[in-house]
Amino acid sequence: MFSVARNSVLRQARTQFRLSQPTALSHKSSLARLLSTLALLEQREGKLNVSSLAAVTAAQKLGGSVTGFVAGSGVKAVADEAAKVKGIEKVIYVENGAYDKGLPENFAPLVVENIKKGGYTHVLAGHSAFGKNVMPRVAALLDSQQISDITNIEGEDTFVRPIYAGNAILTVQSTDNIKVVTVRGTAFPVGEQEGGSAEVVEGVDPKAECATEWISEDLAKSDRPDLATAGRVVSGGRGLKSKEEFDRLMPPLADALGAAIGASRAAVDSGFADNSLQVGQTGKNVAPQLYLCAGISGAIQHLAGMKDSKVIAAINKDPDAPIFQVADVGLVGDLFEKVPELTEKLKAQQ
Amino acid sequence: MSGLRILVPVKRVIDYAVKPRINRANTAVETAGVKHSMNPFDELSIEEAVRLRERKVPVEEIVAFSAGPPKAQDVLRTAMAMGADRAIHVTVEENKGDLEPLGVAKLLKQVVQQEKSNLVILGKQSIDDDANQTGQMLAGLLNWPQATQASKVTVENEDVTVIREVDGGVETLKAKLPMIITTDLRLNEPRYASLPNIMKAKKKPLVKKTLADFEADVTPRLKTVKVQEPPPRKGGVKVEDVDGMIGKLKELGAL
Repeated sequence: MFSVARNSVLRQARTQFRLSQPTALSHKSSLARLLSTLALLEQREGKLNVSSLAAVTAAQKLGGSVTGFVAGSGVKAVADEAAKVKGIEKVIYVENGAYDKGLPENFAPLVVENIKKGGYTHVLAGHSAFGKNVMPRVAALLDSQQISDITNIEGEDTFVRPIYAGNAILTVQSTDNIKVVTVRGTAFPVGEQEGGSAEVVEGVDPKAECATEWISEDLAKSDRPDLATAGRVVSGGRGLKSKEEFDRLMPPLADALGAAIGASRAAVDSGFADNSLQVGQTGKNVAPQLYLCAGISGAIQHLAGMKDSKVIAAINKDPDAPIFQVADVGLVGDLFEKVPELTEKLKAQQ
Repeated sequence: MSGLRILVPVKRVIDYAVKPRINRANTAVETAGVKHSMNPFDELSIEEAVRLRERKVPVEEIVAFSAGPPKAQDVLRTAMAMGADRAIHVTVEENKGDLEPLGVAKLLKQVVQQEKSNLVILGKQSIDDDANQTGQMLAGLLNWPQATQASKVTVENEDVTVIREVDGGVETLKAKLPMIITTDLRLNEPRYASLPNIMKAKKKPLVKKTLADFEADVTPRLKTVKVQEPPPRKGGVKVEDVDGMIGKLKELGAL
């Protein structure tokens, strides 16, 4: 297969060196230059999705050269925007409306063609809906075992990721020639988006057919900060009892804190809140400065999505709720009294 | 159209309600003597296959598949009690370690070809390794359309319309059979297997195979370096009232 042979020779060379020099990850190491990463960037209607830059942050941690990749209609502008991001050396763009919706049937072959051409050792993307959908398909086409949702990098082939809903942390070493990796956004904060000056070049377009037709989308409109990247999150659970109460109590509290709104699965399943607000193993992972939750008991699936928050505060009427085992600040009480009181007092302080 | 030949891969995992424990040697999660059950997302897959049949979509057959230790047969029996017609079990010795998603996808590709399946419904992820890869990989290997994280599936003749969960909302896709679908939690509410159905499932055919029966290369590509407990959170404090909470949050620098 294409550049695999070359890569394995490089790898062997590197492995030899590492015996005498265990810190091969250093940016200054000349060996690290053999490492080259393609970071998939996401765009929507000609705008760079900033949270997808987490892949760039991770790529920089890996060492070696970092190339950004973006495809769609009107992406030259997106490429120019990405070229300013610190740490990116080159941005490849492919101008073709067929890639606008990021459908894996043609996006995966597109990525694979550009990997072939560039001889990359690593391919990174965010563990977003897009990354989750496209990357395993890319990995299968490259005959590579993907490593999903990494939270840390320990070496060019060694990665750390949570398993069992975050109840265990796995360190894993890949023997594949091309490492296909998705990164957890909250573990790799987006860096500076100014000051870089990457070269912008056009990529190859294999124009693979797409057997899937994109029909429509329905996205929840929100003026609030994006849940996945917000500095503060307020989150409601089953304890709110109804959609009316959820809508009455949570938005004012979120406004008082400038926070995004989240919800537990119980709240989502009961129809109190939209699916896209779900925090947990099957929803979004968040790691804000402050995670303030009310009426959430703290099932392990929920904790999986929020326990990396800097400060967790919980209001719950059950003093034995598991949420209090992880909360830095816990208040036992009726949320229907405490949440409005908290909202008022926070507003008064502004 | 000839009928749907649905393949539903299911995985036996540690029950979702059990808090996993890591072994002393820090090499794996302890599985001996721990309650296992069917991966919750796979229950949704079986349920959806059965509901397609109940919605009068011509379903020729529903085949449940699992690769894993001998005990994985239990989850296949559950799948049949829920409505799958028959099952295929590829025995993987316990001491051989788990198959990786790429290996499973390669295995499934052969099963799909042997069984002439035209729809594969998988769970979006298993709750043990949380990889979220197998369905997409299988779709890539077969070069079939994929619709991941489905919350609604409609089949009309050869056309399949899927509403899928994406960041910030949903999107609707349409593709022609054959295709791969992975299930999201919103898709349906899996039924409980009734006692009569559990009894009936015992008589449904379950074919046992081994990895040697397939030409798939399932050699692991990843080596486990270590498995550790996540760093524990420091024990927090309980406060008496809202003022106490605001005060403490300020002290912690969160406000």
